[in-house]
Amino acid sequence: MTITETAAATPSWPDQLFDTLKRADIRQVGYVPDAGHARLIARCKADPQIRDVVLTTEEEGIALAAGAWLGGQRAALLMQSSGVGNCVNMMSLIRACRFPMLMLVTMRGEWEEFNPWQVPMGSIVEPTLQLCDTNVTKVTEPDQVVPAVQSALQIAFGDDRPAAVLLSQRLIGRKVWVK
Amino acid sequence: MLERRAAMATLLADRPKELFVVPGLGSCTWDTFAAGDDDRNFYLWGAMGGAAMIGLGLALAQPKLRVMVVTGDGEMLMGLGSLGTIGVQQPGNLSIVVFDNGLYGETGMQESAAQTTVDLCQVARGCGIERSLDVTDEEALKALTRLIRSSSKTVFARVRISPDEPPRVLPEKDGIVIKDRVRGAVARLQA
Repeated sequence: MTITETAAATPSWPDQLFDTLKRADIRQVGYVPDAGHARLIARCKADPQIRDVVLTTEEEGIALAAGAWLGGQRAALLMQSSGVGNCVNMMSLIRACRFPMLMLVTMRGEWEEFNPWQVPMGSIVEPTLQLCDTNVTKVTEPDQVVPAVQSALQIAFGDDRPAAVLLSQRLIGRKVWVK
Repeated sequence: MLERRAAMATLLADRPKELFVVPGLGSCTWDTFAAGDDDRNFYLWGAMGGAAMIGLGLALAQPKLRVMVVTGDGEMLMGLGSLGTIGVQQPGNLSIVVFDNGLYGETGMQESAAQTTVDLCQVARGCGIERSLDVTDEEALKALTRLIRSSSKTVFARVRISPDEPPRVLPEKDGIVIKDRVRGAVARLQA
C-alpha cells in the first residue's frame, strides 16, 4: 500500500495564527512536524526574526521554551496530539518554576480518524494537559483560532502559566489516505 | 580521571560575567553550588533530560552570553536526541559538558549505558557537533575551560570523572526564585 497526502484547499487560519504569534513577539518556535502545522512551520522558517527549532521529541520544546524565557524571549511549541504524552514529566519544569508555556496542538484520533493508533493518545490530550495544570482551549472553527491563541498568549505570558490550544481534526481537515 | 568538585571549580574559576550555567539535576547542581552560589546558575532539581535544551533556549535568546550546560551521563542519555537538535542549530555560545562516571550517582551508583557501551563524544560528533572533546586530565580540562569562553562553535565535552560522592551541598530549591534570579542576572547584563 502506498500512502500519499493530498493538499486540501489552503485555509487562511494558519496565516492568521502566524500573524498572531508575530504580534505577540514569539521569537523561538520549537516543533515536531505535523501535517496540520505545515503552513505555520513554513511561515516560521521563512521569518528571519523567528528561530525555528526542529525537535527530536516534543519535551525538548518544553525545555527550550523555559531556556528562551530565562533569556527574555518568548517561545511556542507546535506539536501533534501524540506529542502531548511525551511532554508530561518535562511539564514539571514549567510548573515548578512557573514558566510561561504556549502549546499549539494539532489533533489526531478524533474526527474521521483513519488510523486507530492515533486514538489512545488523542482521546486523552485534554485531561492530560489539565492534569499538568495547563489551560486548554479547543478550536473547531477557523474564526475561533485567533481569539483562542490570543487568550492562550495572555494566560502564558501575562500570567506565567501553561496554556494549550487544541486545533481539532475537524478544523484541520481529514488526513487523506490513498490506497 | 578527574574529581568532580575540582573539575567544576576549574570550569568556573575566574568566571567571566557573561558565563551562565545550567547544571543537570543531582550531583552537577550540587557541584555548581559548591563552586559558589551565583544568580547566573539555573539549578535544576528535576526535568531530567532537559538540561541541554534549556541551555539551547537561553543561548539562542542571548547570543552575547555564554551558556555552559554541565550534566551527568545519565541525564544526557535521557536527552540524547537534544544533541541532534543542537547539532542543527549550532549556536556558537553553547557548550555541553558531561561529567561522565558511567553511573547514576543519585540513585545508588547503578551503571549507565555510558559505562560500557555508549560513547557520548562519538554521539555528539555524529550529531554534527564537531568540537567534541574527550577530557581525561587537568591539562585538557583547562584547555576546555578556555575553549568554552572563546569558541565560535558549539562545544561538547565528556569529562571523565571518578565515581566519588562528595558531600551534598544544596542550593535554593524554589524554582520560581531560581528562575527569577537568572532572569534578573540576564537583565542586569543588558542594562
